[in-house]
Amino acid sequence: MASTLAELEEMQREAAKGASRASGGMREVTYRDALREAITEEMDKNPNVLLLGEDIGAYGGSYVVTRGFQEKYGRKRVIDTPIAELGIVGVAVGAAMAGLKPIVELMTINFSLLAIDQIVNHAAKIHYMFGGQFTAPLVIRTASGWGQLGATHSQTFEGWYAHVPGLRVVMPSTPRDAKGFLKAAVQGNDPVMFIEHSLIYRNRGLIPDGEYILPLEGAEVRKEGSDVTIVSWSRGAILAMGAADELEREGISSEVIDMRVLRPLDIDTVAKSVAKTNRLVIVEESWRTMGLGAEIAAAVQEVAFDDLDAPIGRVGSIEVPMPYARNLERIIIPGKDEVIQAVKATL
Amino acid sequence: MTSVGSGGTATIPGIRAEAPDAATSNLDLDHGQLRAMFELMLLARALDERTWLLNRAGRVSFAISGQGHEGAQAGLGYAFDTSKDWLHPYYRDLTLVLHWGMTPRDVMLMNLSRKGDPNSGGRQMPGHYGSRRLRIVSSSSPVATQIAQAPGIALASKLRGEDVVTLTCVGEGGTSEGDFHEGLNWASIHRLPVVFCVQNNHYAISVPMEKQMAVRHVAERAAAYNMPGVQVDGTDALAVYRAAREAVARARRGDGPTLLETVVYRFTPHSSDDDDRSYRSREEVEEWKARDPLIVTRQRLQALGALTDEQEAEMQSRVKASVDDATDFALAAPLPDPEEAVTHVYAG
Ligand SMILES: Cc1ncc(C[n+]2csc(CCOP(=O)(O)OP(=O)(O)O)c2C)c(N)n1
Ligand SMILES: [Mg+2]
Repeated sequence: MASTLAELEEMQREAAKGASRASGGMREVTYRDALREAITEEMDKNPNVLLLGEDIGAYGGSYVVTRGFQEKYGRKRVIDTPIAELGIVGVAVGAAMAGLKPIVELMTINFSLLAIDQIVNHAAKIHYMFGGQFTAPLVIRTASGWGQLGATHSQTFEGWYAHVPGLRVVMPSTPRDAKGFLKAAVQGNDPVMFIEHSLIYRNRGLIPDGEYILPLEGAEVRKEGSDVTIVSWSRGAILAMGAADELEREGISSEVIDMRVLRPLDIDTVAKSVAKTNRLVIVEESWRTMGLGAEIAAAVQEVAFDDLDAPIGRVGSIEVPMPYARNLERIIIPGKDEVIQAVKATL
Repeated sequence: MTSVGSGGTATIPGIRAEAPDAATSNLDLDHGQLRAMFELMLLARALDERTWLLNRAGRVSFAISGQGHEGAQAGLGYAFDTSKDWLHPYYRDLTLVLHWGMTPRDVMLMNLSRKGDPNSGGRQMPGHYGSRRLRIVSSSSPVATQIAQAPGIALASKLRGEDVVTLTCVGEGGTSEGDFHEGLNWASIHRLPVVFCVQNNHYAISVPMEKQMAVRHVAERAAAYNMPGVQVDGTDALAVYRAAREAVARARRGDGPTLLETVVYRFTPHSSDDDDRSYRSREEVEEWKARDPLIVTRQRLQALGALTDEQEAEMQSRVKASVDDATDFALAAPLPDPEEAVTHVYAG
C-alpha cells in the first residue's frame, strides 16, 4: 500500500549509498547542512542579508536550519519574530524594497496561508506594478511535509505559488540543489518561494567543494531509462527513484526527472524524455485537482502529443483533508506502490 | 522569572490585577464545589502525565500539555454555565474540556487516535478538542484562529436572544496574530458576549514575551478595543474564578467582552517534539513549580477548611482509577476504520 516512514527511510539510505560512491571535489552533507552553508556564505558576504522567523534564534528553527546563527550574526540580523506571518512577510517585503535581503522562515507552508496576501498581492507584483522601479527580492523558506500532523499541518501548496507570475518557486530534493538554489535565490532580484520538505532534512548527498550557485531554472534527469518517464519534485522525486529501482528489477526501465523548479517550469526536458520513452507518469504529494501535475500534463501534450503512446499517468494524494491517525494517513499519501502501478498502467 | 501577577496586586495603568486575598472572601462556591474544582485539576494533571508516559512509550505520537495551566482553567471554567455556554479552546485546555463534560476516555481515545474518538474520529491531532454536544468547538492548528471565530458564535447567541456566553482561550504568543486583534475589535464593536482568556505562560515555544509584544502585560491590549483588561495570577484558581465570574456577568448583562490574562507557566516542553532546555533555565522552571497551581489551590482550600488530607487521598485514588480506566479503554479500542479517511469531507 501507500508509503510509510520506514519506506521513506529505506529510500534515504539508498540515496545516501548512491551518493557516497562518487567523489572528487565533492563532499557529502545533509540537506539541512547544505541550507546552512548557503545561508552562512551569503550572510558572510553580504551584510544586507538578514533572517526573520518564529523560533529561529536560540531555538534554531523548527527544523533546526538556523541553529547557532543568532550567536554568530547577532540579534539584529537574526530576528525572532512575533507569531504573525502576514507581518513577517510584510516587513520582509518592505525591507527588500528598501535594499535589504531578507530570508524569511515560515515554519511550515500551512502557515504561509496567513501571509498569502503579502506574497501574492505584493511581493509577486511589486516590480511589475512599479514599472520596474522597485524590486522585492525576499526569499521565503518554508517546509512542506506530513507525518501525523493533521489536516491543517500536512498540506502541499507549491502549486498555489507556482500559479503566480512574478514569483519564482523552487522545491529542491537534493542537498546540492538546496544549496545552489538558495544562494541563487539570495543573490537574485525576484521574490522566491523556497520550499523544503520536513521529511528530507536528514538526507545526505554530494555537493561540490567551494562556492557554487545554480540558476533557478531547469529540470534534471536523475536516472536515464527507455520505457517510461516519471516526473516529480522534492520528496516525490526521491519516491520516484525508489519506484524506478524496483521497476528496474522487474525489467522496466524508467527515466526519472526531478522538476526542481516549479516556476518557471521546464517542459522541454520532459518533452525530450517523452520523445524517447513515449510514456509519462507524474507524481505529486498534493491533491491532483488543479495541481501542478495537471499543468505539466497539459503542457507536455501540447508539444509531445504524437510521442505519447498512452494516457499520461498521475499519482497524487486522495482528495481529502489529511487525517491524523497513522493508519488513515497512510491511505491518503501516495507511496512507491502507487507509482509502480501507475507506471504499469501506461505500458 | 517575571513577578507579574505572582500573588501581588500590581497596579497597571489601564488594567486591574486581582488581589488574592479578595479571592477567598466574597466567594460563592461551597466547600463541595471547591473540592470538585480541585479534583478537576488533579484529574487533568494525572491524565496529562499519563499521556506523556504513553508518548515516551511510543504509544501516543504527539503530546501537548496543560500542566501548570490547571488553576487558571479550573477557575475560568467554574465561572461559566457549562450546560449552555460555549467553549472555543486551545490545545492546552484539557482542564477546561474536562469541566465542560469531556471524559478521560474521550481524551484518551483522541490521544491514541482510536476508533470512536468523539472529538474527530482520529482525524485531528491530540489537543484539538471538539464536541458539538458539549458546545466545544474544534480548533485548527494555526494559532489564534479561534479568537476570530468566537465572536461569531457570540453573534449567533446574541441575534437569537440566548443567554449564552462564549469562552475562548489562546496563548500570549497567539495575541500577535491578526486574528486576535480582529476578533477583539469585532466583539467590542458589537458588545458580544465573549470572554477572551490569554493564558500567558511567558513563552511561545522558545520566544519570550518581550519578543512578542512591546506592552508589558497582555491585558493592556484590551485598551485598544475599549474593553476591560484584567490580569490575574493564574496559579490561583480562586482568584481566576472571581475575575472570570465578573467577566461572565458583564457578558450576560450585554455589556460586551472582557480580556482576561491569566499568568501561568508551562511545566512541560512546548510539546513532545520540543526540548525546552535551549531557551529556559532549569532554575526558572523549578521556581515556577514551587508555585504549582495544585499546591497553591490545595493551600487555599486547606486554609478555608475545605480540604482534609483524607479527602485528598480519596480524590487521588478516584483520579488514578479514572485515568487507568481511560488508558485501558483507549488502548483496547480498535484503530479507525480505513473508510473513515474519506468520509465527512462534505456535509452533502
Ligand atoms: C499560524 C501559526 N504559526 C505558527 C504556529 C506554530 N506554533 C504552534 S504553537 C506556537 C506557540 C504558541 O505560543 P503561545 O500562543 O504563547 O501558546 P503556548 O503554546 O505558549 O500556550 C507556535 C509558534 C502555528 N501553530 N500557527
Ligand atoms: Mg505562551
